[in-house]
Order: sequence, then structure tokens, then C-alpha cells
Amino acid sequence: MKRCKGIYLSHRKHTAGAETERLPLPATVILPMSMHMGAPCRPMVAVGDSVMVGQQIGETTEAFSAPIHASVSGKVTAIQEHLCANGTKCPAVVIESDGNQTIHPACQPKELHTKEALIEAARNSGCVGLGGAGFPTHIKLSAQKPMDMLVVNAAECEPYLTSDCRQMMESTADCIAGIVMIMKLMSIARCRIGVENNKPAAIRRLAEACREHPEIEVIPLSSMYPQGAEKVLIYHTTGRVITEGTLPADHGVLLLNISTCAFLYQYTQTGIPLVERRVTVDGTAVRKPCNLLVPISTPVRLLLEYAEYDAAQMKRLLSGGPMMGLPLYSVDTPICKPNNGLLAMKELPAHKQTACIRCGRCMRACPMQLMPMALERAYAQKDRKALERYRVMLCMNCGCCSYVCPASRPLAATNQLAKSLLSGNERSNDL
Amino acid sequence: MNLLYVSPSPHTSSTMTTSRIMACVLVALMPTAIAGCLNFGLRAALVLFVSTASAVVYEGLCRVLMKREQTILDGSAAVTGLLLGLNLPATIPLWQVMIGSFTAIVLVKQLFGGLGQNFANPAIVGRIVMLISFSSAMTTWQAPHSDAVVSATPLVSGNASYWDLFLGNTAGCIGETCAAAILLGGLYLCLRGIVQPVIPAAFLGTAALCSLAAGDDPLYQLLAGGMLLGAVFMATDYVTTPVTTGGKVIFGIGCGLLTFVIRQYGGYPEGVSFAILLMNLVTPLIDRLTVVRPFGAVRQKQEAKDHA
Repeated sequence: MKRCKGIYLSHRKHTAGAETERLPLPATVILPMSMHMGAPCRPMVAVGDSVMVGQQIGETTEAFSAPIHASVSGKVTAIQEHLCANGTKCPAVVIESDGNQTIHPACQPKELHTKEALIEAARNSGCVGLGGAGFPTHIKLSAQKPMDMLVVNAAECEPYLTSDCRQMMESTADCIAGIVMIMKLMSIARCRIGVENNKPAAIRRLAEACREHPEIEVIPLSSMYPQGAEKVLIYHTTGRVITEGTLPADHGVLLLNISTCAFLYQYTQTGIPLVERRVTVDGTAVRKPCNLLVPISTPVRLLLEYAEYDAAQMKRLLSGGPMMGLPLYSVDTPICKPNNGLLAMKELPAHKQTACIRCGRCMRACPMQLMPMALERAYAQKDRKALERYRVMLCMNCGCCSYVCPASRPLAATNQLAKSLLSGNERSNDL
Repeated sequence: MNLLYVSPSPHTSSTMTTSRIMACVLVALMPTAIAGCLNFGLRAALVLFVSTASAVVYEGLCRVLMKREQTILDGSAAVTGLLLGLNLPATIPLWQVMIGSFTAIVLVKQLFGGLGQNFANPAIVGRIVMLISFSSAMTTWQAPHSDAVVSATPLVSGNASYWDLFLGNTAGCIGETCAAAILLGGLYLCLRGIVQPVIPAAFLGTAALCSLAAGDDPLYQLLAGGMLLGAVFMATDYVTTPVTTGGKVIFGIGCGLLTFVIRQYGGYPEGVSFAILLMNLVTPLIDRLTVVRPFGAVRQKQEAKDHA
């Protein structure tokens, strides 16, 4: 079988062996009402209200949104406007912790017997994809298509990040129990877990845990970026090609992140919604790289301080990996649900942009086999027809083209501009 | 608290830059340049120096006059200059060398917008302009290891041994005689991932098949004249050759065919530079014909209509 193309990066998985530590409780948290793809939630609490861990504080009826729950117990001290890292604004609830972490009485173990109950539970738990994109899990589960294959994304192809790896090492049983539960309730017969072969210990552990489940296959994959991209992973684990304009469900595939599977199982056992997550803290400006379990919406400053970052030397702060992560503008930004890593970097991009020399490296690196140099030209001429012909909408912004470009041209970023040009919501420059 | 830098992803990049690529090409040209100097003496070194230095100076002056960012440090002008020098006989007058590199850098490269914008290989056009303008100087060759002037390259005389052709012990342009040095440089470029061997393979393969069909000695045809130098260093220029693998195959086959036709039936003894120039001109068309189908792309109705 022909493989998708990609690039080989230094893995920098310094924290692969770092046992997850629990961060000391933050004094206050700022909970943005938008930690998912869809529209922001409406705050359900008022200033002065007392809240408990797991209490729902943000509600929504939007399909692509997920409710938000308090991650600490304490008092609501403010409801304010919040500037998210992606540039949008949304309301945020500020909670001052009382230090007790009292759990809300509504958090009770759940027994699920039907697909509908699972979808309902996924929605109520506030679950979004924990791998980075923040796609609400209940949407994936409620696809109206017959699905026969569960693909579990445990590739973790971004350099530095090891939060999924630690999840597999530390709660292997929960991962497998979650997979078994989802397969049973969704009536899916087969499962393939895709793991990059730079995590041999995790692969061994999963394979051992799967011994009694012949329907679950652990598939070691070459450590190539972007092995964990939706279309690439499905193709490499099942051979199915997710064609243009279709979703995995159209090809009978349900794709979930390994940490998402484990969380759904833990939710049925404890009834505590998504209020904490594992975050890898690393980067060149961090002296003590580590994996931390933190309440959602803990200010990133606390994680950085725990990891002994060098505040004076830090030039860039990334939420997520170095390839697709979002740059943060402030250390007071809260950790969001999809936030799997936090990287503090000393260096600025070193190279200066120069002229395209048509070397074709971008094209040879593109997992979607696009031609970024042709797309760049078409976008410069605002040639919508050419952008469509060269299929710019297939670009998933993995960044391989920009990474390999010897002229340091921002090819991936240009593709995103071209996509908004085609979809008609190009923003003017007067932000 | 210092301000944090924000930019679109990715936030890391490979260490390969345009200037490093050019440096690799210069390194790959070194065996050829050294072999040329060993075979044709100090005069060859002087020609190479003048062509390289004048190319760099023209590039610098152009950028200053055009009020554009200075680009001499990217190394592309040095590569063009050195390649032009390697394509000249060692006995060529130096003022002619300067005219050749003026054509290459100023007329072909900078007037069209500089690096990446030229539609033809600057060194090739420089050489062709010199061949047409100064045809006697351009076809007067010095015998290796002596000052004796001979009028024919092994391509015309047809009596050199394979061993002489391999080591460069024949008359010809400075850089074209020593096959061993060219192959060594080409191997280095392939191993460093700077070029894919597609175009040289298609070029040389086609030329060999054609001469076999015409009853010539294919190995002799490949080793004699400028075919190896052209196939390895000139036909692999990024800017003026197709980007896709399919396009590269078409380009290489075209070069091979044209070289054979010109060598066999043309008025010039050598056809490599004309062949590459002609294929440079159709490169945009080849690029249009060889668009890669994206992963999972579905042919759309409108497109099918457009094609019909």
C-alpha cells in the first residue's frame, strides 16, 4: 500500500518517562465559555454564587458546542470578557477557589445501556476531542451512518508532547475499558489503535491489555509527522481513503483520541465531567519538563512556574505542539479542554523569507499531495478557480510545507487564507 | 515581562535554506572545477574565477541599481557564474567571459525579477549567446596537459578511449571532460537530497537509447561532449525545470531526444545547451499537464466539463 507522505522530525519526547504530577490547586481560575469548535456557552452562574467541582456553569443548545463545568469549588468573583488565543472573544467565569475541591452531588456513576445514552453522557460530560482540535465528541458519536470500525488515535505525532503516551502508560485499563464500552454501545465490531513506534513501552502495554480482546488491534506506525492527522491515520490503519467532502463516518469509521476514550470510561465510573486534564510542559525555556494533571482553566503561568521556566528568556509560548500549536499572547491564558501541551521557547524563527526557487520540497512533503507552491501563486493572484482546481480545501494545516521550505515561505498559513477566500469569510485586515 | 511573539504555525522549521542548497551545489561542482584546472592548467582557473566573480558583481550591482534587497549571499549568482565558466574552453578571452556572465545574470536572471523568476537557465543562455557571438573562440579547444590547440572535441573526432573520457584526458570545455568528477558531484547532490536523479536518468537514458537505435556507441555519446555536465548540473536547476516527478520524466526525455537530434542532424557538433534551453521554454506547459492528483480528491463535474 502506498503511504501518505510527511516529514521526519526530531521527537524531543523528553517527558515520555515523566510520571504525571498533580499541580497544586490554583487560587483562581478563568473559565472561558468557548473551549470547543462551536459558539460559546452562556454563563449559568452570577457573581457571588458558590460553585462546586463538576457543577455546570456554561450551557448551550448549539450542536457543535459542549457544556462547561466548574473545575474548582469556590465563589464566582467576576464574569468578564475574555480574549481567546485564536483571536475571538467570549465571556469567561472567574472562580476563586476555596481549596476544598468539593464535588457536586450531581456527579454520580452512570450505567449506560444504549447508543443514545452514550451520546447524552458524552454531551453532558462536556467532552471534546482531547487530541488538540476540540471537536465535540457527541457530534462524532451521533453520526447517522452505519459504522463498523473504531480507529483510536494514539499516534501523538507532534514533537515534545507525551500526554497521550502517559495516559496509555498510567491508565491502560481505562483506555481499553473505554474502547470496549464505546464499541459495545455503538455496535462497532472492530477497533484499531494507531500508535507511533517511538512509544514502544506504550505499545507493549496496550497489546498486553488487549490480549483478551481479539477485536482490538494495536498497530505500530512509523514515527512520521503527521501520522495522527485524521485522514492519514485512517488510511494507514484501515486502508480507507476519506475522499474530498466526506467524513470518516461516511466510510464506516469512528475516530477518537485515546485520552477521549479513557475519559468517557472514567466519566461513567465517577460522574465527574471534564474538569481536569493532562498537559505536557516542555520547551527550550523550561528547566524541568513534566507532565501535569491540572484543573481546566488553570492559568498557564502556574504550570510554567512549576516547570521552572525562564521568564526572561521566553520569547514564544505555544499551546499544543510546535507544528500545529497555537501561540499564546500571555502567561495568564487559561488551559483549555483540547490543550495537550504547553511549550515555552527561547528562540524566534531564525530564517528570513526569500524567493521561491521551485524546489518542490513542499509538494513532496504534503501528506495530501497538494502543490503548495502553486497554491501560493494562485492565492497571490486571488485566482479562485485555480485554488479550487488545486484543492486548497483539502489542506489540513499540518505545516509540513512551511517546515521544509528553504525560502521560509509561510505556505501553510497562505493556504488557510486561501481557504477563507474560497469559503467567502475572508477577514479584512482591520481587526 | 517581555512581550511574546505570535505567528501562524508551524513554529519550527528545517535547517535547509536556499543558501545552504546553493552551497551544496558549489561543493558538488568542486570536483569538476578541480579536474578542469588539473587538465587545462592555470588559465582554466582564471576563466572560472572571472566568470564566478563577475556574476557575483553583476548580481550585486543589479540589486543596488534596482533598489532591491541584496541577494549575493544566497549563492545563486556564484553557482550560475561557476557553471558558465565550466561550460567554456580554457582559452576563451576574459572579456568574452564577462559578456557571457552579463547575459546570464543581468539579462536572463535579474531583468526578469531575480532568483526564481527566470524562465531559462541563465548559464545556458549565457553560453549560447557566447557560442553564437564568438563562435571561433568558443570552439577552439586546448588539449589537456599542454598548450597545443586542437580543433575537435572527442564528440567530433570520435577516437578517445573510454578511460580518457572518464578521467577527462580529452579536449573540451573546462568542466565537461572529466566524467568521474561530474558523477561524483551528482552522487553528492542526490545523497544530500538536493536533486532527485529523475531528470539525469531520463535525459541520459533517452539519449543512450536513441544513439543505440541510430547505431552509435551509446556509452561514448554519453561520456563525450557536455551531456553529463548538462544532465547533472544544468537540467536539474529547480527554477527552470518541472516540479513533479512526471514532469521531470517528460523534461528529461525531451532533453535526451533533442540532444540526439541536434548532435545527429544539426549544424552544431554539440546540442546539449540548445536541448535544455528548448525544454526550459516548455516547462510551464509541462507543469500544467502534470498536476498531481491530491489524496482523496474527487474529479468534479464542472472540471470534467472543462476538460471535455
